[in-house]
Amino acid sequence: MKASATTRDSPMTALRLANAPPVNDLRAIAARIRGTTIEVSHRGEAPHIASSLSTVDVLTAIYWGVLRFDPKQPLDPLRDRFIFSKGHAAAALYSALAHRGAISWNVLATFNQNGSTLLEHPGPYSAPGVELATGSLGHGLSVGLGLAEAAHIQGTGNRVFVLVGDGECNEGSVWEAALIAPARKLENLCVIVDYNKWQATDRSQDVTALEPLVQKWSVFGWHAQELDGHDIDALQKALSAVGTRGDGRPTAIVAHTVKGRGVSFMEDDNNWHYKICDEKSLDEAFKELGLS
Amino acid sequence: MRNAFADEVTKLAVEDRRLVMLSGDIGNRLFDDFKAKAPERFINCGIAEANMMSMAGGMALAGLKPVAYTITPFVTTRCLEQIRVDVCYHNVPVTIVGVGSGLSYASLGATHQSCEDIAFLRALPNMTVLAPADPFEVRGALRLAMAHDGPLYMRLGKKGEKKIHTATPEMKPGGSITVREGRDACLLSVGVMLPSCIEAAERLAGSGISTQVVSLYSIKPLDTAMLDQAFERYAAVLTVEEHSRIGGAGGAIAEWLSDGPPRRARFGRVGTQDHFMHENAHTEYARQHHGLDVEGIVASVRRALGQTAAAAQ
Repeated sequence: MKASATTRDSPMTALRLANAPPVNDLRAIAARIRGTTIEVSHRGEAPHIASSLSTVDVLTAIYWGVLRFDPKQPLDPLRDRFIFSKGHAAAALYSALAHRGAISWNVLATFNQNGSTLLEHPGPYSAPGVELATGSLGHGLSVGLGLAEAAHIQGTGNRVFVLVGDGECNEGSVWEAALIAPARKLENLCVIVDYNKWQATDRSQDVTALEPLVQKWSVFGWHAQELDGHDIDALQKALSAVGTRGDGRPTAIVAHTVKGRGVSFMEDDNNWHYKICDEKSLDEAFKELGLS
Repeated sequence: MRNAFADEVTKLAVEDRRLVMLSGDIGNRLFDDFKAKAPERFINCGIAEANMMSMAGGMALAGLKPVAYTITPFVTTRCLEQIRVDVCYHNVPVTIVGVGSGLSYASLGATHQSCEDIAFLRALPNMTVLAPADPFEVRGALRLAMAHDGPLYMRLGKKGEKKIHTATPEMKPGGSITVREGRDACLLSVGVMLPSCIEAAERLAGSGISTQVVSLYSIKPLDTAMLDQAFERYAAVLTVEEHSRIGGAGGAIAEWLSDGPPRRARFGRVGTQDHFMHENAHTEYARQHHGLDVEGIVASVRRALGQTAAAAQ
């Protein structure tokens, strides 16, 4: 990444979609989140655009209709929790929260600037809706397990959703959590694997033998299913079923996704794990997403 | 100590419904009473300490007060990153309790010894580090932990430790307890070393050396008011700990000394040496090896006072 003091220290101009009129269509919302994700990544010179883009439809499905979360009361103890365990994709999380009204556009514009609360990897005090500091992989599911267990002890009945990456599944602690959650009968816990088939430097299947991934969760005792991780309707249907089956099993959703989804020249090209988008590519991406 | 821990944590769990006990598959029968009184708040997390520590972090984020308990190396160094990120970074009230600390489980080998845990954990922001000295201090430390709103680590011995106090003392972060008054030297005893320090002081008294003995149960933060006095009043001040001389309570005080003005007292650190033991060693033998037996402590005090072995005869 090139270091450019001029970009980082220049006064912020408004983000392109800051004053966009509201839309209801979830696909249109997802496109906007993608545009903003690329824009803040460009402005903050933060990598991991492609890792961010593969999560956007999951974020849309969760925040627009599944999660019991009120941006006006972000600390309500009865809220559902969403843990974004692949913290390196924070640009997408922050952008989704901005479009959802939990992060102001002025704050979002400071992403990855010196002094900003919006760290390149989410911190404990980053923003309303950021439930956990992530960035070190393999923590989110175990913390989610603790939150899900706490919901039982406290009788709050809230649900806990955890998004992990497929590369993140290299971490042993993910499988410690996978083993214990069914034993604890944590039906209110759901893991979503953003299965974009890549990790930082290689195909995820070539690094560790992830396949058969759905069966792995299934034989561990989870209610496991796979689906198209860009099909918002399918995601919402699967996510809404969490905690309603009454069989005591936690839910695992293996979401097949495409790294860099939504921008043709980024899709499934792992160079965009680290590459930063220039102004021209940003314009191009906005055009492709139907945002300009 | 572990019996006092189990008894006190059960009492506290009855008083405070936020207390949740997480065990790393140890303490067979030890927590039967806890399980009977608060079954929904006892969780055997299995032999999976990384997950246990993150779980504890999650529970604390939800407003509970989890206590994570297993053998010291496994509840500290094994899951150090989980402690750092999920507990300390979020500054949540997780109480980490290590049993069999230092050389308590010496005979189980270096895998089960923990002579580096204080160094690792006290370097973490927001962390409080305690080493109670006897079963009463264990109870006091636990009460302190439940009243404390942040990450806290306490290292315990095993069982059968001698009772030094007669009742549970009031304890606070940055506190210490003087258990014997003296004029010449001061022993800052860490955790289970207290009975040996008292015995060493008695022996030194026989040859005219009057030794103060303090239970330095709070390693982070330090009792700096006590230290200020001790380093002015005595000719020699020594820490005694079943922990490496690198980074333990001795290291913490050396850091404190380097930040302050020159002091009167000579400072010495009695602790384990910078190597693993490769011979089988029960606790007393291991202590001897490291100069942590009563003889070794006595010799260290004499050295710090500038006495040779011959002068001591």
